[in-house]
Parts: sequence; C-alpha cells; structure tokens
Amino acid sequence: MDDSQNPVLVCKDLCVSYYTRAGEIPAVVDFSLTVMPGETIGIVGESGCGKSTVAMAIMQYMGNNGGIKSGSITFKGRDLTKLTDDELRGIRGSDIAMIYQEPFASLNPSLKISTQLMEVPLAHENISAGEARQRAVEMLAAVKLPDPERVMEAYPHQLSGGQQQRVVIAMGLLSNPSLLLLDEPTTALDVTVEAGIVKLVADISKQFGTSQIYISHNLGLILETCDRVFVMYSGEVVEEGTIDSLFTWPKHPYTHGLFACIPLPTADKTTAPLKPIRGQLPLPFERPRGCYYHPRCDHYQEGLCDQDHFKMEHVEGSAADHRVRCLRWREIDHRKAAPEEEAKEPVKLGKRVLSVDGLKKYYEVRDTSLLALITGKRARYVKANEELNFTASEGETVAIVGESGCGKSTFAKVLMGLETSTEGEIRHKGKDISDIEVRDRSAKQISSLQMVFQNPFDTLNPSHSIGAQISRVIRRFGGEDDKKKVFQRVMGLLDTVKLPRDFYFRKPRQLSGGQKQRIGIARAFAGNPDMVIADEPVSALDVSVAAAVTELLMEIQRENKTTLLFISHDLSVVRYLSDRIVVMYLGHILERGTTEEVFAPPYHPYTEALLSAVPIADPEVTKREIVLEGNLPSAMKPPAGCPFCTRCHRRVGEICDNQPPPEQTVADRHVIKCHIPLEELRKVPPVITVPDESDRLHARQTQ
Amino acid sequence: MVTLVIKRIGFMIITMIVVSLILFILLETGLTGDPATRVLGQFSNEEQREMWREQHGYNQPVALRYLKWLGNFATGDLGDSIRFKTPVAEVLLPRLWNTAILGFWTFAIMIPLSLALGVLSGMKEGSLLDRSISVFGIITTSIPEFASAVFFSALFVFGLKWLPGTSSMSSGFDFRQLILPAMVLIVYDFGYVARMTRASMAEVMTSQYIRTAVLKGLPYRRVILTHALRNALIAPFTVIMLQINWLLSGVIVVEFFFAYKGFGALLLEASLNNDIALLEACAMVAVCVAVTTQTIADIGYTFLNPRIRFS
Amino acid sequence: MSTTIAKSEMPQAGYGAAFIRALKSFALLRESWVGMVGTFLILFWVLVALFAPLLAPFDPNSSIQPFAKPGMAAANGSGTFWLGTDHIGRDILSRIVWGSRTVLIYAPLATLSAYTVGILMGLWAGYRGGWVDDLLSRIADIILSFPVLVLYIIIIATIGASGINIILAITFASSPGIMRIVRGLVLDLRNRDYVAAAQTRGESDWRVMLVEILPNARGPLIVDACLRLGYVIITIGVLGFLGLGLPPPDPDWGGMVNETRQMAMAFPHMTLFPCIAISTLILGFNLLADGLREISLRD
Repeated sequence: MDDSQNPVLVCKDLCVSYYTRAGEIPAVVDFSLTVMPGETIGIVGESGCGKSTVAMAIMQYMGNNGGIKSGSITFKGRDLTKLTDDELRGIRGSDIAMIYQEPFASLNPSLKISTQLMEVPLAHENISAGEARQRAVEMLAAVKLPDPERVMEAYPHQLSGGQQQRVVIAMGLLSNPSLLLLDEPTTALDVTVEAGIVKLVADISKQFGTSQIYISHNLGLILETCDRVFVMYSGEVVEEGTIDSLFTWPKHPYTHGLFACIPLPTADKTTAPLKPIRGQLPLPFERPRGCYYHPRCDHYQEGLCDQDHFKMEHVEGSAADHRVRCLRWREIDHRKAAPEEEAKEPVKLGKRVLSVDGLKKYYEVRDTSLLALITGKRARYVKANEELNFTASEGETVAIVGESGCGKSTFAKVLMGLETSTEGEIRHKGKDISDIEVRDRSAKQISSLQMVFQNPFDTLNPSHSIGAQISRVIRRFGGEDDKKKVFQRVMGLLDTVKLPRDFYFRKPRQLSGGQKQRIGIARAFAGNPDMVIADEPVSALDVSVAAAVTELLMEIQRENKTTLLFISHDLSVVRYLSDRIVVMYLGHILERGTTEEVFAPPYHPYTEALLSAVPIADPEVTKREIVLEGNLPSAMKPPAGCPFCTRCHRRVGEICDNQPPPEQTVADRHVIKCHIPLEELRKVPPVITVPDESDRLHARQTQ
Repeated sequence: MVTLVIKRIGFMIITMIVVSLILFILLETGLTGDPATRVLGQFSNEEQREMWREQHGYNQPVALRYLKWLGNFATGDLGDSIRFKTPVAEVLLPRLWNTAILGFWTFAIMIPLSLALGVLSGMKEGSLLDRSISVFGIITTSIPEFASAVFFSALFVFGLKWLPGTSSMSSGFDFRQLILPAMVLIVYDFGYVARMTRASMAEVMTSQYIRTAVLKGLPYRRVILTHALRNALIAPFTVIMLQINWLLSGVIVVEFFFAYKGFGALLLEASLNNDIALLEACAMVAVCVAVTTQTIADIGYTFLNPRIRFS
Repeated sequence: MSTTIAKSEMPQAGYGAAFIRALKSFALLRESWVGMVGTFLILFWVLVALFAPLLAPFDPNSSIQPFAKPGMAAANGSGTFWLGTDHIGRDILSRIVWGSRTVLIYAPLATLSAYTVGILMGLWAGYRGGWVDDLLSRIADIILSFPVLVLYIIIIATIGASGINIILAITFASSPGIMRIVRGLVLDLRNRDYVAAAQTRGESDWRVMLVEILPNARGPLIVDACLRLGYVIITIGVLGFLGLGLPPPDPDWGGMVNETRQMAMAFPHMTLFPCIAISTLILGFNLLADGLREISLRD
C-alpha cells in the first residue's frame, strides 16, 4: 500500500487556536502543507510564529485548551482530526514519531534506555521481547552510537546531550514511521555536537525513506537538512519554496528581512551591517488587518496591504513550487529597494587595556567517594581555566569562543571579581585584578568593568521597576546623587537603547526578551565603563531581535570607545562583530588571532571543526564537512596532553595524548597551540569558501 | 551509596548524642530550675532537697554525671520512674508496643487512602475531583486532633452509640477501642500526604517525558503505571517516612483524649508530674525513632532516584 | 517626548504608595473563591477579637450559673447564655469571644518572631554558605528531628508555661523549618543573573540578600506564613488542651475543651463550641493560603 506518488501528509487551510480565559487566541492561521514520501520539509520562523503548534496539531496533542478550529490534516489518506483515541494511539510512535528540543527532559529519568526503546515496537507490533531488544540495539548502532550495549543498560543522565538526542531519534525510528517531526532538535546542544545530529538527520531520509518535518529558527540548519522550506510569521506561512529558489531569491519582505538580520559571511559591522527588522511581533490577539507583516514592512502600501486577508500566490517563472503571500511581490526588487546606509567609521584602536597572563582557575571539589576516604586524597580539581594568555586594546572587540565547559564563563567571573584566580595575572589599566574579589575592589575599578548577561529573563530583578534598577547603578557609579539628575540620566539611557521613556515605571515582566536585554545593556553602560563583558547577550533571542540588540551594542561601543569582550559559541556573530578571537576548549586557549587570521588557514584542528559546524544560510557558500567523533573529557580528569586529543580528526599519535602542545606563533599575536607543524597546517584548504559578488547567481541572472 | 549510608548513620549517632546532651543539660542540671525542687515540690525545705540531691548523685561533677547517665542509658538502665514507682523500662516498653499497634493500623489505612486520592487528583489536575479532594483535605487538616476527637465522640459515642468513649483496654485487647483514636489520626494526616502526592503526581504529569510516552503511542495504563508513578511516588515515600515522626506527636493528644495506654500519654504524664527519668527516656526514644525514620527516608530517596544512585 | 518630566510622573516612594499597593493585591483575591472564603473567616474572627468587650454579654471569668444549656436565659435576668455555660458557671460565648483575643495576639506574634529568626538565618546560610551554612543546617536538623509536640512538651516542662514562654517555644521550634525553606529559595535565587549584576556592582551582602533576593521569595513565603499561622494556632490550642498552655483563668479555647470534656456526654455544648471556633479560624488561614497559592501559580 506504499504508493510513492501519494503525499504522506496534507494540511489544508489549518487553523489552530488556544482557548483561554482571556478569549480565543489564534495560533496558526490558514496553514497548508504537503509532504511527499522521502521529502524533508523545513518550517522556519521566530518565537510565536506557530511552528511548534503545527507539530502539536499534527500529533493531535494540543493540551486542554488548544484545538483545531478549521481545516484538515490528512495523513496517508486518513483525517487525523476525526480519529478515535485508540486509532491515534496506534499511529503515534509507529507511523508518526516526534523528536523534541530538550533530549534530557524528554527521556524518563528513572527508566533504563533499553526499556524506553523496547516499549515502542512492543506496544505497536506483535513481536517478542527478544526481537524488540535486537531491533533496539541495531537502531542504536544505526544512529552512530558507539557501544550500543552499554547505552542500553544506561540511565539517561549517564549519557551526554548529543547521545541522548541520538537515543530519542532511535526511539522515533524504531517502528519505521512514515513521518518524523523534529522540533528544534539541536537547539539545546553544542555546535559541534549539533553538526553530528544534523548530519544524522540528513542521512535518515536517505537510509530509511522517512519523510521529515524539521522545525527550526535557524535558516542555516534548514539549508543543510531540508528540501523545501516554509517561512512562518505570526501564525501563517508567508513564503514557501525549494531550498534553492527561496534562499537565492526570497520574495517576501519578511523572508528578505530575516536574511538581512543573519550575520552571513558577507556581512561586516562597518561596511555591510545587519539590518534589523523594525517594529515588534504583533501579539496574537492584536494582529493587524490584511497582511500581518505590513506594520513592519518597508514596501507597505496603504490601501492595498491592510485590507482583507489574502491567500498565497504562485511565483511564476520559478523552477519548482515557490509561493508567496504578498500582494506586491512582482514590483519589489529586493536588491535595489534597500537604501544604502553610509558605512560606519571603524573604531580606532587605542592602547592596551587588558592583559591576561598565565591565568589559571581551579575549582576544588570534595571527593566523597569511598576510595577517596581511604586514600586520603579528598580534594580534586576542576581545571576550569588553564594558562590563559591574551590581550585587548581600547575600543577593540575581542570574542571568546567555545562550547559548554570550555571555561569562558569562569574567565568572565574571575575578571569581574566574582571569583579569584588560582594563579596568573589579569592586568586592567595596569593593575592586577585577578586575585581581588569584587568586595575588595575600589569603586573606580568596579565601575570601569561591567557585564551584560546572557539570560534576558534573569538579567533584571523582577521585583523592582526598570527605573529603580538603572538609577541604582547611576547613583553608585555615575557620581550623581540628585534625584532629578539621576532621573534625567536614566531617561537618556532609555533613549540610547531606543526604548520608550515610560518604561521607567514598568516591571520586567511587562517587557519582552529583547527589551529586557536592551535594559541590561543600558544598565551595563550606565556608569560609563571602560570595558564591558557581554556573556552570550543574544543567544537567547530571536534572530531579528538579536540583530537589533547586536547593532545597538555596536553603536554604543562605537560612541564610547568601550572595549568589548564578547563571549559566544556562535561563530557567525563572532565573525561579524569581533576584531580578535580567542578559541577556548576545556579551559585552554587553542588558537587566538584577528578574525581574518582565525577564519583562514592555518587553523587549529578544533577551530577547523568549529567552523565546519556553523550553519550558514547562504546556499552558494561551500563548507568542508568535518564531524567530530568521541566525547568531551571530564573537566576533572583532563588528558595529560592536548585537551582536544579525544576528538581530534588530525590527531598525530601518542604525543597528542601525553604531551601538552606548544604555542606556535603564526604571525604577530596569532598563536596556535598544536603539535602539528605549521607548514602542514598551512596546507589545509579553507573550511568556508565565499564566492565573489560577481560570481553569485543573482548577479548573473535577473530572476 | 555505601559512603552515603555510613555518613547518614554516623550523623544519626551524633544527633542522638547531642540530643542526649541537651536533654541532660535541660533536665538534670540546675539550668532551668532546681531538679530537687521540681521533684519534691515548692514546699520542701532546703535540707530535704540537699538530701535528695546527695541521694541521687547530683553533687558530682556534671561531666561525670553525664557520662554515667549516658552509659546507663546505653546499657538499658533507664532509671526509675517516680510516678509509677517502677523501673522506667517496665513501663516504657508495653506502652511503646501499644502505640506501635495504633500506629500500624493508622498507617495501614491512611497510606493507601492518601496515595490513591493523591494520584487520582494529580492525574486530573484542576478537575472537579481534584478540587473536591483538595478542599476536603484542607478542611480535615484545619481541625486539630482534639477537636476532631470531640466531634467524632459526639457523633459515634454519644450520638450513634456505636463506639466506646475511652480506649483504656482495661478488659484485654478490644479492637473497637482502637477505631476512634485511629480515625482521628487518619483524618488529620491523610490530607497532608494526599496533597504532597498530588503535587508530585501533577508535576510528573506535566513533564516532558510523559509527553514523550504518550506520543510514542503507549497505552494510557502503561504511561501512568510505568512512566508516571515510578517518578511520582519518590517524594511521597519520603513524606510517609517522615509521617512516623509526626505520628509520635499526634498520638500524644489522641492517647490523652481517649485514655489509651500508649507512649504519648506516658510522655505527657512524665512531664506533668516532673518524672525526670521517665521524661528523659521517653524523649530519647522519640528522638531515636524520629532520627531513624529520617535516615531511612534519606537513604531510601537516594536509592529510588537513579540520578543520584548512579552518578 | 519631552526631555523633562513633571514631578508627578516620578515614582512615588513611601508608605502611602505601599499601602495602596497592598490594597490592590487584595483585590487579586477575588480571583479565587477559596481565598475569599478564607479571608472572610479570618476577618470575622479578627473583628470578634477587636470588639470583644462589646460582643461578650458577660465577664468570661466570673461564675454565674453552672450547666446552663445553650439559649437559656440567666436566672438573674442579666442576659442570655447563647452558647450555654460551663461546669463552673462561666458563659461560653463570652469565653470564646475573649479567647479569640488570646489566640489572635499570641499566634501572629509567635509567627512573626519565628519568621524573623528563620529568615535571617536562612538568608545567611543560603547566601554565604560555608561553615555558617553547615552549622546552622546541622542545628536545624537536630531541632527538627524532635517530634514537634515532644519538643514543646520538653521545653514547657523545663521553662514553664506562660505567654512569653509559649512564644519563645514556638519561635525555637518553628524557625528551623522556616530557615530551611528560606535557604532553599535563596540557593535557587542566588544564581540568577540579576544577583550577579548586583554583586559585580560591589553591593554589600546584606543589601543583596534583603533587596535583591528576599523580595523575589515573597510568593512562597507568604503562602507558608498563612499555613504556619494555622499550625501555630493549632499548637496553642493543643498545648492548652494538654494543660501546658496559658495558665488559667485566661480563656483559652484548648483549655476550655480540656476542662469540660469529662462532661461531654451530658453537656456536649461545652466542648463543641470551642472546637468549632478554633477549627473555623484555622480553616480560614488554610483556605487563604490555598487561595494565594492558586493565584501565584496563575501568574
């Protein structure tokens, strides 16, 4: 009955709403989608666009207050909305399976992996336990988990994040489903781990013939895994098409705006800055008339775009099915439309303000195991930072790049005085602050070094008003005591971060994530610091919001000539805004240099893998594929030699395991810490190749 | 795991020693009033008191007295009861046994009842069943034990005349005399345990791994029994162990009210009559039981939770 | 957007604004009928306690006419014994009315005292950690290892029963539990970024604890405070019932039950009414706590 010409899933004019005490909130409007066998469809959009709701609607699992208002979902010919509970249960897990965003939370912490895997075929098919076990082990091998037998006997917390997600994927594929739903499966994972999962997902359809729906907010990931893509905004699809046609010729202003927000390799903070989308996402019950995007659209035409709701149109002349929900798509030429902004003045670098020399930070951990009690060696060390050396100049943006566990947050804490160093020096404006805790620092030292935090939801105290919190900083560092003057300064700061003045009186829970982050920036700059550490300031924000906040940060830095230490795991953003880069891994700096130097060969092997793992939403950029195998070693038992030796794809031999690698100087201030000789590293071809402007498709064709 | 058990037992012993020290200081030294005056009364004269103190070894150095006392205690010599005029052990043990019987029946009914109600209301959070059980539980925990004893007596003893009003068991063991005391205890406590179970179950039901289990197409029974309960019952287990600690408090009121010859009533009598040796013994036993159950609860929680057990 | 803003638009500080904010939060209670019923019960007893001199028909301690049934008029014509009299002849209604004062003075005082101690210890232990935390936690563990009533009995047996002693005993026995709760909340909150932001400003420890952390713990603490008030009222009642409460002749609901329970078969009104009184008051606090919890979950 497997007719490979019939679609696996058809959603037609689907409308999903949530019914709360406040009334009906439409979450998905007029959604239509067709999935053919073996196809991978991407659904991309920012938070609140309804993409997760679509997945839940397909699974018919919308909770007590959600429901399908109209439209149909047909799976292999059957209308899912009309099935009984038993029939639905038969389909779930066996014909449609789902992969979730947080792998650890999705697995039952009290059951072994074997139990959780085996119960899928046991519940749906008539097979014996022995057969189920056999299939489970085979599937674990198919998702490239080393030592499947050990994984079977393990509990979820004993596996790493990447391994857990592979288990979840194996669980989904066990009964050979026709359709696999993946809801942001890699968001909670590190970049290099993500690359492995992405490759696995891409291989699945080839290997098993499963159709997939891949939901993400990251256009680069969609490019690497999908055949067709749907772009959603505020509950409806605004554009759909094949990867090639949509990524090369986006037609909808929102799609185009999204691409302009992403730090692609062609963007540059001075010559080709990001163009944030102005305005805000409309609240679900405040959607405008006509096109939902028109309040933010540069091509809005009054009288046309704000009338009745309209349907999608086919883009003539496109090779495959490319549709767009815009009334003016024929007239808009995106290449000409955007007014050229003058290139910004690059900041002139000043003298050296920060010098980190041999910094070590070890945390002591009491070992409570029986062995330790007997041998007497109770103290063990987590070597969070090991021999860090780098410098920063006035006005410079230095990025510290690394994945979780690399020690970048620890370094930030030592710099800010929340921790003290074990050894080594940090010289800030001449004074060594590495062993001075915050409470012992002078007011001047404290005020000259401030921080922007990662999590916008925790960055502000929920119990106090915005104005009170910023005023506090000004009173402490701004040298102002007069109530009126402080008030004026706060107003000025609100202007600088482009927020309305009446936010002074609001409480944080009335603000969105992006707005809170702007306040966080206002607060950090309120005391006119010389140096600001930004710890992943935009990682938790939507793409368009992140672009706006990034630009804001750049602008303030330019005006005040502040030195910015930008901590991130996102190499795209880092390439966009930093002058110098420091690459960290397990507490060590493996490579450091200017941005151009780090992004071009010679690379440290880890840098090479990191660059390869970064999703890039430009179909004409080519990337070499490098997937790391092996596991991150524990920070308490790091390898005696190079920390990267357990996963390095260029591991030379035993010298990597046993001897710490030397620092090789490639150029002035470009250092690589590796055993491989520099001449060999120089021969490595570049990871990312960006074609010249003149070679690009849309320069050559006029479509 | 083994280290944890050793550590916990060690802590238990330390707690017992510290408690014994505190008790000794409070009751046997002159810190809170002269023991002789307490025993002999306000109207005794100094000579009598001095003689009493000499007799009972109060004029020796404190540390020595403490160690002797501790030694006696550990070897089972609990001293003599002034109130009952017999060695403490002779009074204490039968009473302890009686309370154990009362406790056993109380738990035998209360635990299944509250677990079942808690799981059911947690499964259907916000439903009418859930709200009714919640409100009912709040009402029952708002009535102090002596008040519910009064209400139940009024209803079952004086009104319907189904049950006897006192539970002194003077003519041998009578199960009917156990009913009212047990009922008061059950009614008061089940609300709390049910609420804890409900909270745990509700939290589990909204977790992501239950969503995974449902979306795997597993039968609902399996989702609840294998996936949910396995996690939801960990917290109630600890709560139930700690209820034994609570029981030792609850029985005092109930045994006093119904004249049940149990441990709680004994403790109360000892304190009202300034029977120091008896009071010390009862307090130590109570703390011993409490600390043991807490230790078992701790160890049990670690054992049941794979995340901690295999880390 | 003007560059200067009128004074009236600046945030108001001071007690006036805080009082108005408190009133506004009471309006929130309208969302939970359980909370409303609880508040009503509490208000009822608070008013009874406030207007005790006006509401009580007789002097609560004078013996007038023993064993009068409820509703019986006094033989000397001085009024009606709406709830009857006890075995000594004291009017039960008056004793209940005046007894509400006793309870509603001692219970909040004891709770407040326990909370002050518990919050200070919990803040310090949770925020600073280290040996202070170890020490305080061990002490708390030891105190909490006593069955609660056993602890009270031992304390009262040693220091004697009086109003102040009962408050001290309750503070001593309750503050470890409060300390544990506060410590748990602080351990969670101190990892938030806004606390780190305050620390990197060089704010003093006590400022961080009291200004940054404590206000964000108020939700669970307020719910706990209501529940604890209920427990404290039960404790005062039980102690009175066991004969370890406030010394006579102060009318104490628990004591009233103890004194009259031997006659409960013939004269049930003597024990029933104090029991109903104390149960409804405690119910009020428990319902209010549940209502507050419901509201805080909805936020």
